[in-house]
Amino acid sequence: MTEASLLQSSAGMAGVDAVIQAHGLVKRYGELEAVRGIDLEVQQGEIFGFLGPNGAGKSTTISILCTLLTPSAGTARVAGVDVVQDPARVRQRIGLVFQDPSLDDQLTGRENLEFHAWIYSVPAAERGPRIDEMLALLQLTERAGSAVKTYSGGMKRRLEIARGMLHQPQVLFLDEPTLGLDPQTRQSIWKHLNELRDSKGITIFMTTHYMDEAEYCDRIAIIDRGKIVAQGTPDELKAMVGGDVVTITSSRPDAAAAEIEKLLGVTAIRDNGSLRMEVPDAKVFVPRLVRELEAPVDTVTLRRPSLDDVFLKLTGHAIRDEEAGTKDQMRAMASRWRGRSR
Amino acid sequence: MSVKAARPGAAPASAAVVPVDTRLASLRAIYIIWYRDILRYWRDRWRLVASLAQPLLFLVVFGSGLSSALGRGTVFGSAAGFTYIQFMYPGIIGMAILFTAIFGAMSIVWDREFGFLKEVLVAPIDRSAVAIGKALGSTTQAMIQGLILLVLAPFVGVKLSPLTVLELIPLAAILAFGLSSFGVALASMMKSLQGFQVVMNFLMMPMFFLSGALFPLTSSLPGWMTLLTHLDPASYGIDPLRRVVLSDSGRPSRVVEQFALTINGQPLAIPLEAGIVLAFGAVMLGIAVMMFQRRD
Repeated sequence: MTEASLLQSSAGMAGVDAVIQAHGLVKRYGELEAVRGIDLEVQQGEIFGFLGPNGAGKSTTISILCTLLTPSAGTARVAGVDVVQDPARVRQRIGLVFQDPSLDDQLTGRENLEFHAWIYSVPAAERGPRIDEMLALLQLTERAGSAVKTYSGGMKRRLEIARGMLHQPQVLFLDEPTLGLDPQTRQSIWKHLNELRDSKGITIFMTTHYMDEAEYCDRIAIIDRGKIVAQGTPDELKAMVGGDVVTITSSRPDAAAAEIEKLLGVTAIRDNGSLRMEVPDAKVFVPRLVRELEAPVDTVTLRRPSLDDVFLKLTGHAIRDEEAGTKDQMRAMASRWRGRSR
Repeated sequence: MSVKAARPGAAPASAAVVPVDTRLASLRAIYIIWYRDILRYWRDRWRLVASLAQPLLFLVVFGSGLSSALGRGTVFGSAAGFTYIQFMYPGIIGMAILFTAIFGAMSIVWDREFGFLKEVLVAPIDRSAVAIGKALGSTTQAMIQGLILLVLAPFVGVKLSPLTVLELIPLAAILAFGLSSFGVALASMMKSLQGFQVVMNFLMMPMFFLSGALFPLTSSLPGWMTLLTHLDPASYGIDPLRRVVLSDSGRPSRVVEQFALTINGQPLAIPLEAGIVLAFGAVMLGIAVMMFQRRD
């Protein structure tokens, strides 16, 4: 994986005044190594996406950076402060949006923000103006006086983002902020995050396992099994997948794969019963494929590479596997149940 | 609506971060944690009304029933100078305080379950503020809940002078504090709602029954029970409430003291009892603070 290591070293040159710097982070739980040596640098004002399947070590890494977990080895500085030596100062300088809801839904939106302003020692004279500003920025002004239990999932998320920004942090950490939201709501969350970055110059560090969302990030790191396998801008990463992506289905996939390898010199990757291959130019490749293959070809699709392809190429498996799907469903069910029982 | 002008490419917000006085920050945190509890309590009027139903049921049904059954007895009734319902009334005030204090403090477990506790625990404050704010929040709720029951005094034939009411306020507050701190200590050790039923059945109900709320803790109780009643912190909080409430009756103090909590046959002084409950509360709060300060 030479491309990956190249990208990593180029990110390492990015400069000394990075807002987030991590070196050799390791987190062990007994025998299990959840995070296995992570190096990261994130610059001021960047939207940095931390991308990987469930269980890859995303949440563990973000928890270490937020001082919620102590690393087993390695160091990290956030907003110029060491996360192990002075966690309280780190927390004063970062905003947090957790994966699971953390609002008091009996209180109104404004009351939730007031609570946060007090507990983060926002000066008395600034509490009101800052709360008003954040409510307006996240388009919650009209509903600020309603109990949070009447909010939709997207509104709750926006309120949590507003809350995380209230004490004017340098970095906003979001752990799977769009999990369980419908596509439209996810888009609006992204619009708001971009606005915040533009108007406040804040650095945003977020995790997601939605590959399509990573496209909104300035830079992303792909993590798999506790290690970063690639880092760069979405375009840089996509350039790692040469040219176009061609996917075929065949009733005899094994024979087809062998023939493609032999006749066309292209390695096809098995993915859920279909065969996927990267080719420099699909316009030339597809006619040859259809002409020369003896194994039956049932369907052919071609498209530009996506981050899914990058992930598949780097790790040999797809990001959205069966397991992730059921886990999502369980989480959605859990939050529905929570909503009812309150 | 005052929206500040956007600051494109703004300087890092850290310039605005001034070192925060941690002691002041903790006081602010205690205040807002307390305030949130009071706000939720006040807003949930229905719960407020509902929580009065149980004491009323005890007084009206249980109390009236036993009163008439014991009417001609020697312990209660005309000979002793107090009816059972009059005896029981301060105990029911104590019950309201006991239940509200522990339930109030245990709301921490709900906060943990529904995620809100995380917002508090990651804040740059000393975590002792969480335990103290919560203990004070449920102390306030429990005290209000107990003192509301004072309006029922005329219905059970108990006279209360304004001075007595003034005396009852600190006593109710001390009992509420002791039990709230106990509740916060329990909650700090519970990671899920599963333990809740256990606490309810194996701690709260025994504490209630052994506290002398429903029957006098006289020397004729079996020895094992006398021991348990003396181990129950609620006993030392309910006894002073009863002695103060019944002192307005005009009966000789000997009659009032016949129900008092005794050690070696001697009634305990009220300030001593209050001191015991306060000390118990302080120890429990200390345990709760320690539990919250452990970083996982």
